Amino acid sequence: MPVLEIEGLSKSFGGLRAVSNFDLALGDNEVVGLIGPNGAGKTTIFNLITGIYPATAGSINFMGKSILGTRPFKITQLGIARTFQNIRLFKECTVLDNVRTVFHPRVRYGVIDAFLHTPRYAAEEARITERSLELLKAMNLDGRAEMKATNLPYGDQRRLEIARALAGEPKVLLLDEPAAGMNPSEVGTLVELIKFIRNHFKITVLLIEHQMNVVMNVCDRLVVLDFGEIIAQGLPEEIRNNQKVLEAYLGKGVTVA
Amino acid sequence: MKQKYTQTILIIVAAAIFYVFIKTLIFLNVLSPYWQLVLDQSLIVTIGALGLSLIYGFTGQFSLGHAAFYGIGAYTAGAISKTLGHGSLLWFIIAIVAGTLAAALIALLIGLPILRLRSDYLGIATLGFGIIVKVGMDNANKVLPVLGGATGMSGLTTVANFEIIFIFFLIAILLLKNLIYSKYGRAFISIREDEIAADAMGIDTTRYKTMAFALGCGLAGLAGSLYAHRYPFLHPSSFEFLKSFDFLLIVVLGGLGSISGTIVTAVGWAFLLEGLRFVLGEQFIDFRGVIYALILVITILMRPQGLFSGKELLFMKPPRLKTPTNREEGSHAGLRN
Ligand SMILES: Nc1ncnc2c1ncn2[C@@H]1O[C@H](COP(=O)(O)OP(=O)(O)O)[C@@H](O)[C@H]1O
Ligand SMILES: [Mg+2]
Repeated sequence: MPVLEIEGLSKSFGGLRAVSNFDLALGDNEVVGLIGPNGAGKTTIFNLITGIYPATAGSINFMGKSILGTRPFKITQLGIARTFQNIRLFKECTVLDNVRTVFHPRVRYGVIDAFLHTPRYAAEEARITERSLELLKAMNLDGRAEMKATNLPYGDQRRLEIARALAGEPKVLLLDEPAAGMNPSEVGTLVELIKFIRNHFKITVLLIEHQMNVVMNVCDRLVVLDFGEIIAQGLPEEIRNNQKVLEAYLGKGVTVA
Repeated sequence: MKQKYTQTILIIVAAAIFYVFIKTLIFLNVLSPYWQLVLDQSLIVTIGALGLSLIYGFTGQFSLGHAAFYGIGAYTAGAISKTLGHGSLLWFIIAIVAGTLAAALIALLIGLPILRLRSDYLGIATLGFGIIVKVGMDNANKVLPVLGGATGMSGLTTVANFEIIFIFFLIAILLLKNLIYSKYGRAFISIREDEIAADAMGIDTTRYKTMAFALGCGLAGLAGSLYAHRYPFLHPSSFEFLKSFDFLLIVVLGGLGSISGTIVTAVGWAFLLEGLRFVLGEQFIDFRGVIYALILVITILMRPQGLFSGKELLFMKPPRLKTPTNREEGSHAGLRN
């Protein structure tokens, strides 16, 4: 049974069909790339999966159960985490608090413990602080735990978004252009990081990315979107030489590396 | 985590020193009964302002009707004490609990439908609610004569003294500080920072916006309940829209997301209001409005983040963490599970 199964998914904004009839089944511990030119509808698909937009038509099943109409925070709690293309960190919070916030549903104390800072509060805070620092260490951000998120360099902010998403202990991780704005050395680290996440956390990753070298390196297979429709899918090497894909990209002036 | 308690002890010691200081001033006749009243009022205003600090400063929910909840607390507590209490301490406690709960419950009823929405409807709704409450107070005597109507409610027994108000002031500060440095505080702040991201990170935003709003209005209700036991007279004009604006000014001037900023500004504000009465004299008292506006404009120009710009005084800070400072560059293999 696929972890995430999407069938006939469509979304219209007024007259614009941003996504039409999109199908995708993600298996266990797979890394799948979702590529396509700007405006193809990739981010919209993430917004549909995470419940930010209601779908116009189609179905989305997560571990065998429909999540259509489920509120976003519930979907996240079920096990789908995401990052944002236009970074959405809790800017004025520390790096550590960005991560700790996401542990919220799994912190086991109540309002009284919070008001009185009981031993139970202290124990739970210590536990999630340690877990958060481990995640930050994995993203090589632990030395900056007490910095404000907004003061981090760009590449670090992208990695903090990933750390924050992982704090939700997801089964499926949705990454929206994590390499955007990174320099080549940061991109190299990111590629290693995605491989590490897949091997260490044993989770499924759906990756939106513009940079072909990234998807070619980490994805098991690729799905190519143009004008909201799938125009090709297959192994990275198949996609690299696919005529339709080249046209879609070259037509928009994006070079295929 | 031991540090948490050290900090609490620090606050209690600071409070004890402040208490002795005030008592000495009173003993030496430096602090006249008039200024003692102003001091008590400043502590009451601080409790109410902390409520709005939670709602707006920490959770980012804009409310324009804070004084209405202050008024609901005052009238509820006042009516109970006047009809049943007659100065008894037990009824004083009951009245305070009732005033606080009344404000919190009404906030819950207003908040639940409105805070589901992601926009700034709360500002509009609370503005409308504030006007309704004022009209209600002006005409309350037609339903319940004890409430007094447009001429106000008189004959209240002043049960609350400096000590009682000061204890509530301390409890409010300590509980709010503890709440902010907990998973609830992080949920509130995440909503202020980015509601969509908070939602996407598994935070039930409607629930925590409503919780912050109800708790914050409960603090306004508590402040109102104390007010009704400190002054023998309640008047609808003390709880109208302009008073909501006062609370808002305090929270914004103090700096959003700073408990210390709210406290310092609230106390300063109460003294400034009375100080101006002396400086300007009764003839020019209406110029206070101009001076408020000037202070607001100058502060926003010089310090747009407010006096404390989200920072806290030493004894209000979160406990410092001992984090490893030696980063292992380029390695992400250090993960345990
Ligand atoms: N909230 C929205 N309202 C209206 N149009 C939208 C909205 N979100 C996306 N679109 C449109 O849908 C199309 C797909 O956008 P998007 O999914 O962001 O593309 P991609 O992520 O592939 O670059 C674009 O034409 C975009 O303008
Ligand atoms: Mg996009």
